[in-house]
Amino acid sequence: MLETFGHLPVAWLLFAVLAAAGFVSFFAGRTEAVLVGRGASERLNSQPNYHGYFVAMATVGPAALILVLYGLFGESIVRAELANELPQRIRDLGSLELGQYLDRIAEHAARSDASSTGNALFDAASARYTDLLGLSRIIALVLALSAAALGFFFAKRRLSTQFRARARVEDGIKIMLFLCAAIAIATTIGIVASLFFEALRFFSRVPVLSFLFGTEWNAQTGADFGAIPLFFGTFMIAALAMLVAAPIGLLSAIYLSEYASPRFRGIVKPILELLAGIPTVVYGFFALQFVAPLVRNIATWINGLPVVPDGLLAAQPTSALAAGIVMGIMIIPFVSSLSDDVINAVPQTLRDGAYAIGATKSETVKQVVMPAALPGVIAALLLAVSRAIGETMIVVMAAGQRAQITPDPTADLTTITVQIVALLTGDTEFDSAKTLSAFALGFVLFIVTLVFNLIALRVVQKYREKYE
Amino acid sequence: MSSPAPPNASPQGSFITEEALKRLKTRHAAERRFKLYGQVAIGIAVVALVTLLISIFGQASSAFSRHVLTFDTTLEAAQVDPSGTRDPGAIERNVSGFNLLLQDELAAQFLPEDADRNLQRELYGMFTRLAVLPIARETADRPETVGTRQSFSVALADDIDLYLKGGVSNRTQVKLGAITPVSGSLEDTVVVEFGRDTAGADIANAIERFRAQGAGDNEPTALIQMGQTWFRATDITDTTASLAYVAGARTMPGADTQGAALVLEQGQENRTVTDRQLAWTMLLKDQGRIKSVLNTSLFTNSDSTYPELAGTAAAIVGSLLTMMVTALLAIPVGIFAAVYLEEFAPKNRMTDLIEVNINNLAAVPSIVFGLLGAAVFINFMGLPRSVPLVGGLVLGLLVLPTVIIASRAALKSVPPSIRDAALGVGASKTQSVFHHVLPLAAPGILTGAIIGMARAIGETAPLLLIGMVAFVAEVPDSPTDESTVLPVLIYKWSTGAERAWEPQTAAAIIVLLVFLVLMNLFAIILRRRFERRW
Amino acid sequence: MDGNVEDFTETTTPRQAENMAEMIKVDCRNIDVFYDDKQAIFDVSLPIQDRAVTSLIGPSGCGKSTFLRCINRMNDTIEIAKVRGKIYMDGADINDHSIDPVLLRSRVGMVFQKPNPFPKSIYDNIAYGPRIHGLAAGKHELDGIVESALIKAGLWDEVKDRLTAPGTSLSGGQQQRLCIARAIAVSPEVILMDEPCSALDPIATARIEELIDELRERYCIVIVTHSMQQAARVSQRTAFFHLGKLVEYGDTERIFTNPEDSRTQDYITGRFG
Repeated sequence: MLETFGHLPVAWLLFAVLAAAGFVSFFAGRTEAVLVGRGASERLNSQPNYHGYFVAMATVGPAALILVLYGLFGESIVRAELANELPQRIRDLGSLELGQYLDRIAEHAARSDASSTGNALFDAASARYTDLLGLSRIIALVLALSAAALGFFFAKRRLSTQFRARARVEDGIKIMLFLCAAIAIATTIGIVASLFFEALRFFSRVPVLSFLFGTEWNAQTGADFGAIPLFFGTFMIAALAMLVAAPIGLLSAIYLSEYASPRFRGIVKPILELLAGIPTVVYGFFALQFVAPLVRNIATWINGLPVVPDGLLAAQPTSALAAGIVMGIMIIPFVSSLSDDVINAVPQTLRDGAYAIGATKSETVKQVVMPAALPGVIAALLLAVSRAIGETMIVVMAAGQRAQITPDPTADLTTITVQIVALLTGDTEFDSAKTLSAFALGFVLFIVTLVFNLIALRVVQKYREKYE
Repeated sequence: MSSPAPPNASPQGSFITEEALKRLKTRHAAERRFKLYGQVAIGIAVVALVTLLISIFGQASSAFSRHVLTFDTTLEAAQVDPSGTRDPGAIERNVSGFNLLLQDELAAQFLPEDADRNLQRELYGMFTRLAVLPIARETADRPETVGTRQSFSVALADDIDLYLKGGVSNRTQVKLGAITPVSGSLEDTVVVEFGRDTAGADIANAIERFRAQGAGDNEPTALIQMGQTWFRATDITDTTASLAYVAGARTMPGADTQGAALVLEQGQENRTVTDRQLAWTMLLKDQGRIKSVLNTSLFTNSDSTYPELAGTAAAIVGSLLTMMVTALLAIPVGIFAAVYLEEFAPKNRMTDLIEVNINNLAAVPSIVFGLLGAAVFINFMGLPRSVPLVGGLVLGLLVLPTVIIASRAALKSVPPSIRDAALGVGASKTQSVFHHVLPLAAPGILTGAIIGMARAIGETAPLLLIGMVAFVAEVPDSPTDESTVLPVLIYKWSTGAERAWEPQTAAAIIVLLVFLVLMNLFAIILRRRFERRW
Repeated sequence: MDGNVEDFTETTTPRQAENMAEMIKVDCRNIDVFYDDKQAIFDVSLPIQDRAVTSLIGPSGCGKSTFLRCINRMNDTIEIAKVRGKIYMDGADINDHSIDPVLLRSRVGMVFQKPNPFPKSIYDNIAYGPRIHGLAAGKHELDGIVESALIKAGLWDEVKDRLTAPGTSLSGGQQQRLCIARAIAVSPEVILMDEPCSALDPIATARIEELIDELRERYCIVIVTHSMQQAARVSQRTAFFHLGKLVEYGDTERIFTNPEDSRTQDYITGRFG
């Protein structure tokens, strides 16, 4: 019995049951309301349909909530229970190995044609897992069904001519809408909490100061967690990217909004937006395959010049410059579309004022439009920087892994994001300093980009208000 | 003190004064310069895009075709189905049996009886072990063919394929005209005489050119083909050459055999394809048994450690499953959140906070969402790693702000008069929103949702952190199966060591781009069809 | 300071005032303006006198502002606008290829409906024009131009202690006078005003009208206004526009007391508009 439940495709079954319960309760409520309305002297306060919705809501809502909770936590409870029943020697394994062992059990149990593996303990555990899973499902199902039944009867008893079913239903809808909006908040809280607590655990092993100001990073093999080289690499590459993106993005935005004919704008704007739509992994491939070798060849050529001291440039196969250039290209549309908005928000009357005293277009742009748009442009650039700092794939593929501090842009540098990926890819154990350091880095990354974004969004808002 | 501004009404009513004219020249020059900067900036951006696309399409073009060897063989029951049960599963698993068929076929043609292991390995190395897997599957599907003679085609190893597509090493071909062997034997060296005076010099020149280009210690190779036999030139004068046997027919070519030379920039110690393998390949090609075919396995196969067998099928399905979860989370929640914020939320600090929070969330680096997924979904909730369910949830949260912002903009663009009209006929707030506002905003909302999904489908970094880099050889069939997605596959392939991964990666990128283009086209069409200006 | 007062008296000699009446500064002939395919101005011919205020009145959307913007070729900045016809300023065709709109606009200043000071200091707002046109040889001379422009615009006493304050920190009326000072600073010959008081309160409006009256002695002023009282108060000549056509043009007094066209009559008596 338990076993069969352990194998059932329960999700679809439950979905069907819930949908059926919803339909049945809706029609039950509706019919009831019609009957109540027919017998009574006064008219129903709400349409019968709303009574139906109300009953359906009361029936399905609590049951669905229970099942969602089960979906989120059910399996972990089962696993925790199974882990408790396992012999001590297995429980003494590290959390990673234990987790993997449980994964294997779950996987084996999920196969309905599972044959014996020859390992008695494993087979027993696997069978026990199926049983536990089945049991948990039965419990969840019973709970859900009784919640549905209770909801159904209480809701039905409330139906009367005076009952304001529509208002209740709309309250329910509003609560649901609010919960949806709250998910956005929950996400932020989730991000902050997970980063913060994991970072705290990291800082209980590595002092904050030696993390923030140490100059040796060697997380993979050793235990050096000085993040300065990563900060340096991150800002170096972001700066190179901005050197590319800021002038090109700004000048194109100016040209498009002040000079270009509508026809030209209609062609070029989508092309620039195309750049924004390309996935970063594609840029990474471009950087790795095309730009990095180019940078290396040029650096080698410069090294070969007679006036240049030997080995001036590192000329690595992956380099900060390659990553920076490609990241800059990626950010161009970001800068240009944000600046475009900002420049267009500058009122036409200001331009007219400048034209009217005989300023040329470029004088108007440089001396009137840009100063007026400056706060917005700065905000746009800040957002772009924040984007560059948080960009991952390009640097993972084209910047390198070596944590070093060097002003040479043709050397391979590493960044915060590269290290996060390097530390968390593959099987990870959640309580080693190595893994936790990734969360500490993530925390720093989050805070830095958050500050940039907050300032930028605030400036943009102020700016909009000024010209609205 | 100061003089007044000069009276400037010239008698002719002309607008040109000496000084203003001079100034104007520099001002207009500045104007032109400034305009030029703008044009250059746009030019750079466009050139960057074009370069990117060309470099990827250029790389990918070779991956859309591949070279296969066709061969006829008898599916000997003893070899193909040793158990004799005709059980499809057993036949399919018997890859080595099929490999032997292929190897026997090759050996019969090219190897002497007493060939040593190294020579065998060199010949068999022209195919990877799993190249026969499609044949095994085909036979497993039709067990009745066992024992009959069948024609099959198998993919050549990636290096050979790359060589045939022009990669591996720079090379030139030199026509030599008639060649006559004068002395020596195949076991030792053969001395030949060229019929054409300059033949030897042509080869020497080609070698010299490569030597000049190439770096350092690399010695170019000249392979000489005479009929069915291939030699390597060891010593060349203008009219004679000493040749060492490489591969092919083991008979001394007759007098005045037409010959050609293949000069390669690199010696075989610097190449991934040996001289013998080259010679065999060319011989097979001359027999018309190597053909270039459309590389359908790129779409039908799953990932493999061999580039010529690797395909995107599993990743495409993984991407679709992930997108399904993402859409189920982000689209309804995003729309409802937007409806709440735009239509119902009281204007208070809480709402402001949610608003700021959403705008910020939209700008949080994607990798942070990966950390969230790793910490919350995997570590805290204990959901399995590497599955589309978790990937979809993470991406759903990632694009949620995008969907909310787009939906709010769409809702905002519905004029208040519609709401007033609905309220005016006695609809409740909820009814006015769900019956009137939301349907009118639907095209805009849908467009935003598609754009959000387009962002999600190209997202890589967060998925790396929740283990979707795992090697997945089977097409997943539910959101809780281990799987990978297209962008992650691209990342993984791009780190492959063999050269053949490069075109393969570029081809996978094109598959991804096609998805993106389709989604964006759909969004554009939707916008065009339903755009309404109030 | 002394010097400026002298300038002021010097430039309005009685001799010039005598000639004023006959002098036509800007002669507009057969002007048509199109926005894409839509015609906004139909065959308007209007000779504009120097040293006088000419007001353009008419119901909204009648093309007054569009017409005004032809005189300094501001319509060039609107992509879809096309202007046909000839405008002569001191005998020279301003739409001629050899005429640079940039130079033209330095001689034909403009003041807009809403005050639009640049996001710069008061000083820089005024100095901007002279700087780009190279009217001042040095800082000292520039100071002089700024000062005299502010004096002429009647703003000097109010702002002389805070020339570095941003132009946007002034009140609406002050901002508009700042814009007038900005226009004056490049020593134009013609000043176009597009409903300069529509965004101002009555006191500020009175102040501007006073200013216009003073400026009349040295400039050719064309003002678009919605208010007939204003037209009557400040202008010597009045042109009435209706649906893109010039209906009537003549001395202000006559237009308001004895209009020839019935539409003018209807408009000034408030029957439409």
